[in-house]
Amino acid sequence: MKAVLALADGRVFQGRSFGATGEATGEVVFNTAMSGYQEVLTDPSYKGQMVTMTYTQIGNTGINPEDVESSRLYLSGFIVKEYQEEYSNWRATMSLGDYLRENGIVGIQGIDTRALTRHLRDKGAQNGVISTIDPDLESMVKKARALPSMAGQDLATGVTCDKPYHWTEGLWELGRGYGDFTGRDLSYKVVAYDFGIKFNILRCLVSAGCDVTVVPATFPAEEALALKPDGIFLSNGPGDPEPMTEVICNIKKLVGKAPIFGICLGHQLLGLALGGRTMKLKFGNHGSNLPVMDLATHKVEITAQNHGFSVDIASLAGTCELAHENLNDMTVEGMRCSAHPIFSVQHHPEASPGPHDSQYLFGRFVEMMEKYRKA
Amino acid sequence: MPKRTDIKKILIIGAGPIVIGQACEFDYSGTQACKALKEEGYEVVLLNSNPATIMTDPDFADRTYVEPVTPEFLEKIIEKERPDALLPTLGGQTALNTAVAVAENGVLEKYGVELIGAKLPAIKMAEDRTLFKEAMERIGLEVPRSGFAHNHAEAMEIVKVVGFPTIIRPSFTLGGTGGGIAYNMEEYERMAIAGIDASPTDEILVEESVIGWKEYELEVMRDTKDNVVIICSIENFDPMGVHTGDSITVAPAQTLTDKEYQILRDASLKIIREIGVDTGGSNIQFGINPRDGRLAVIEMNPRVSRSSALASKATGFPIAKIAAKLAVGYSLDEIRNDITRETPACFEPTIDYVVTKVPRFTFEKFPAADATLTTQMKSVGEVMAIGRTFKESLQKAIRSLEIGSCGFESRLFDITEETRRALTQKEQTLLQEKLRTANWERLWYLGDALRIGMKVDELYAVTGIDPWFLNNMRHIIEMEDELKSARHVFEKRLPELVEILRDAKQYGFSDRFIARLWQTDEESLRQVRLSLGVRPVFKRVDTCAAEFVAHTPYLYSTYEEECEADATDRKKIMILGGGPNRIGQGIEFDYCCVHGVFALAGDGYETIMVNCNPETVSTDYDTSDRLYFEPLTYEDVLNIVDVEKPHGVIVQFGGQTPLKLAVALEKAGVPIIGTSPDSIDMAEDRERFQVMLHKLHLLQPANGTARSFEEAEKIAERIGYPVVVRPSYVLGGRAMEIVYEVEDLRRYMHTAVQASPEHPILVDKFLDAAIEIDVDALCDGREVIIGGIMEHIEEAGIHSGDSACSLPPYSISAETADEIRRQTGLMALELGVRGLMNVQFAVKDGLIYILEVNPRASRTVPFVSKATGRPLAKLAALIMAGKTLAELGISSEIRPSHTAVKESVFPFVKFPGVDTILGPEMKSTGEVMGIDADFARAFAKAQLGAGVRLPLSGKVFISVRDSDKKHIVTAAKKLYDNGFELLATRGTAAHLAEKGIPVTVVNKVTEGRPHIVDAIKNNEVCMVFNTTQGAQAVADSFSIRRNTLMNNVAYFTTTAGAKAAVDGILAMLRKDLDVKPLQEYL
Repeated sequence: MKAVLALADGRVFQGRSFGATGEATGEVVFNTAMSGYQEVLTDPSYKGQMVTMTYTQIGNTGINPEDVESSRLYLSGFIVKEYQEEYSNWRATMSLGDYLRENGIVGIQGIDTRALTRHLRDKGAQNGVISTIDPDLESMVKKARALPSMAGQDLATGVTCDKPYHWTEGLWELGRGYGDFTGRDLSYKVVAYDFGIKFNILRCLVSAGCDVTVVPATFPAEEALALKPDGIFLSNGPGDPEPMTEVICNIKKLVGKAPIFGICLGHQLLGLALGGRTMKLKFGNHGSNLPVMDLATHKVEITAQNHGFSVDIASLAGTCELAHENLNDMTVEGMRCSAHPIFSVQHHPEASPGPHDSQYLFGRFVEMMEKYRKA
Repeated sequence: MPKRTDIKKILIIGAGPIVIGQACEFDYSGTQACKALKEEGYEVVLLNSNPATIMTDPDFADRTYVEPVTPEFLEKIIEKERPDALLPTLGGQTALNTAVAVAENGVLEKYGVELIGAKLPAIKMAEDRTLFKEAMERIGLEVPRSGFAHNHAEAMEIVKVVGFPTIIRPSFTLGGTGGGIAYNMEEYERMAIAGIDASPTDEILVEESVIGWKEYELEVMRDTKDNVVIICSIENFDPMGVHTGDSITVAPAQTLTDKEYQILRDASLKIIREIGVDTGGSNIQFGINPRDGRLAVIEMNPRVSRSSALASKATGFPIAKIAAKLAVGYSLDEIRNDITRETPACFEPTIDYVVTKVPRFTFEKFPAADATLTTQMKSVGEVMAIGRTFKESLQKAIRSLEIGSCGFESRLFDITEETRRALTQKEQTLLQEKLRTANWERLWYLGDALRIGMKVDELYAVTGIDPWFLNNMRHIIEMEDELKSARHVFEKRLPELVEILRDAKQYGFSDRFIARLWQTDEESLRQVRLSLGVRPVFKRVDTCAAEFVAHTPYLYSTYEEECEADATDRKKIMILGGGPNRIGQGIEFDYCCVHGVFALAGDGYETIMVNCNPETVSTDYDTSDRLYFEPLTYEDVLNIVDVEKPHGVIVQFGGQTPLKLAVALEKAGVPIIGTSPDSIDMAEDRERFQVMLHKLHLLQPANGTARSFEEAEKIAERIGYPVVVRPSYVLGGRAMEIVYEVEDLRRYMHTAVQASPEHPILVDKFLDAAIEIDVDALCDGREVIIGGIMEHIEEAGIHSGDSACSLPPYSISAETADEIRRQTGLMALELGVRGLMNVQFAVKDGLIYILEVNPRASRTVPFVSKATGRPLAKLAALIMAGKTLAELGISSEIRPSHTAVKESVFPFVKFPGVDTILGPEMKSTGEVMGIDADFARAFAKAQLGAGVRLPLSGKVFISVRDSDKKHIVTAAKKLYDNGFELLATRGTAAHLAEKGIPVTVVNKVTEGRPHIVDAIKNNEVCMVFNTTQGAQAVADSFSIRRNTLMNNVAYFTTTAGAKAAVDGILAMLRKDLDVKPLQEYL
């Protein structure tokens, strides 16, 4: 079956359908990771977006029950060069196409994804429509134009959990699967705010020795502090941080009360809560190969990233110092609060998908909690 | 950390001659390293014996030593040059081993030289299998169950623990030489002993077989700040059990989830840190059990490797260049990524295409060799292809191989007909056999298995090839079916033709293959395709999957929407490269192509390179202005011409590959510059050539063309035996033989070749004991300048690519040389050569015969250029672009006062059961040069460089055929007079004794024991002279030559070679050999 991707600026790509049929809309972004499409599909940060994988053969390893980053698929459309129906991997239990179909996600394949990527790079991320039903290209472009911009959208509160819950799963190991920490004595009590949190962040926290309670995005600071946490964690998530005023207010109340660690959207929210500004990037950073320098050690770590907004560190002068820097575009990759035990990073130390170079940050969080506890 | 200022002078070791397992990838890496270090202001001293390399061009280093790559010569250079540092990680295993030797024997310490890149302990830990295994255990990684053996008894103990099948890996050998897989005790015993023999440390690793596991490689880089990045992951199509150099490999890894890939990545980081490779690239191989993902570390190379070259070309990340910079103290974040310019080299390339490498084999040259692929590498070259999908890149790779394949031709069917019929019992057996064992043809048999409907699961069970690859192959075969059933669509030009063609092209189908399916010709199909607008676009290799703007036009074709070629309107010249390395066409041609690029770029042209060999300097993205990594076929080249519209295309540098395309390209309107395709044809067409020689009053050996045995017999009788017979239009002496009598001729005509009216056999008078001369010359159409005259050491009858040669000639008279010059000039002008020409002459009884003329760059161009200091290929390129010799300031031949000797190196050690005797069929893979003040010393250096251990004392064994007996006396006498003892077989001994030379008689193998082979095996013999003639004598003496080879005893199978060796030995006895850089000769 034919499928079409139309962008708001009028560019159209004609391909073939795979996964679910129908119509989907969202901001079109590209991801340059060569592995880990299942994690991408289940990453809540892609809420409201349609992702094109720059690697061309997708579906090779099928879908397995383990490699999920949330309990469902969040992106609205999936764009690949050549979908591989026949998968091969000892953990796989179903094909990617079936998975998308089951979850109602529209996919398109057979388009020049490199041309699309170059277009997004040059013109910036923009809205688009994938359709297997609308035969009128003009009407599709119109629909794409009518979509609201990602800037100004609070999507995180739409993907957060309903109520607090306890997390006990640790990191994955070959042959053992995910660690089960149920009933284990974990020394650091952490309250993790869920703005669309990836499971692997929780697994990293647990494996680092944290007793994790996940709470909804708008969970009041007072109640969180009442749980007497050793630390607060602010998660990744989709959308623009700026309109999330309630959340930002809430975070302000947490500052100085307990050590805080933020990742991605959590990092941006911290920036805003500490009085800084954020801005939208042209096409963002989405991939598994981005070099980041830890300014404390001057060592470079290869990181996984997935963000369209960035913190303006100049707006935080005197409050925060730059701690990590993206060596490709020199954007802010991490910051440390001068007055309080707070730090955050823009990239994803939990990886999944991506390299594990930055996992030490969870250790740093634990050290910070330990120090704060002693103090 | 910025670059080190405490070191000023760096010595780089190259890889020496091209051998199986070590090819031009180390010229690529060494050249990058030289360039990078010179750029940084270091004084670079280079040691490499291989004259056909770009790195040994005098401009690439400050002091270039074309001397044997041995610890002895390295020490001499260190003593003379006093470098601050030695960089051993860019010249393959040869460089590493040589560096280890001087590190261990105290030379480095004595002269205060620091080993940079990798320190001795790291090299030892990576290379010594016990230390490596212990290191892996320390970091919690598994290695296959294994143990070491140094002798028969130990080998028998270990196999009890390891079980069968067992992998035998000799320590410290190249490309797994001497290794293999044993399935039973008998095989094991034989291979274990051979492996211990092959290892310089008399050690083998006996290892648990992980045959059938998935095989992966990761290319890792580390800097002084301990930053580590992965440049590329590679997945092998062939499962474990086939040497990775012989496997089809694909980048990036295809069948790993992110979690599994990260396990490999984490392991790689741990390994490079634990082994302690300070800086630079390393290659780590893993096996993965496809049932549960269990991981085993197979090995690590603490240096830039063949896979690094592949990874560099596959990603656009220049591993060798960066490795050189890291070695002098830079960190990855301080180095820019050349392609994006804005981002640092400290990142992991991501690609948006699939790269497939397919090895090139030459088993046809060694019919006696076992063609099964094992853990010992047997391929001589490789091609790489880039496509947006695996299907596309695989099919592009296949047609890049130049083995007459343009896709998945059937081995069992006529593919234009029904291919789903039941196979005969015989076909069935053949198919099963070809699927079960790894062999180079398996890919095509897999195609047939799919054609008859075998299921992927079945094929997986038989071959162990991952179902993902097999399924993609199945898609290709299904597309073939679709195409076949759409023949009417083509014939009637139905509207759906566009879509069908586009789909087929996206699957990588070539015009030629589709044309075959539709029973039309390639050109007609091409015209239809173009008229429908089905044209390829060109995409860039940019390290970043289009995330950043790419500033380097490194391109590949695919059938999609957007073209990124952005051709310029500059004055431009396109050079067609040489394709995969093979015997007969290797690095020498790449050297010429690269020189062509340099010269034309220097003259203001935009240069465009087209090639598909990932090992080469020509496929480095910064060699030419624009690089097209594409198959060298009519279709693919025309596609590029259509986009680039070059002002000239050069076909005479890349060897036979582009030359074969010349006529067709010219017909298609491509502006071929240089010697016209018609002149090339005149030189190659027997009859036209004869007419020309006649006109010029030049001599040719008597000859004729036979279309049957009867005709051949008549010709042979007319011109007299011996005769040289060969099929018309072959290269590298394929199927060429010297025939001494009618029975041999009958056998040849009936078994070796199938003569027919379309495929006639050429019969030439063989000039026995003639001297062969090679000449390279430049001609601009008006004037001819001799580049160099080379006298072969071996007599005519040995393929020119296999014989040693001397520049200047060492025995012919000045008059003869002048006459050769005159004749060369006549022919060059008559042929209208514009550029290079090579002529082979034979001199016998005062007469000069012309054997062959090639109006193109020859294999000897780099050697001549190095020997004389005149860059022939550069000058030729400028002539082709319109300059005259006078304009280039070239008015006379350079006649050097020193002597340079070229010697060939052979792959015999890799092919058990193959005879080492030389003949008209070329067998060598590479060459070395010895350069010194006189012939004897230059010859000795060439021998040492080729790995021949010329003895200075000991017992020499001599056994020569009757006609050689009188020629060997002087050499034998010289040896005796210089303290050597002589052993000889009865006939030879009697002849020598008659001439008053004391000699001990030793039994031939057929004469009872103890015999000569016993003596060789007992290391009692230091050198062997053995010439034979006639099938029986050759068979009888086979074991002598083979054992000589396996025991690394110097041997010569021609009297001319023996005589030169004796002179070389005498020269060495008189005075130890000195070293002198090329720059001081010129």
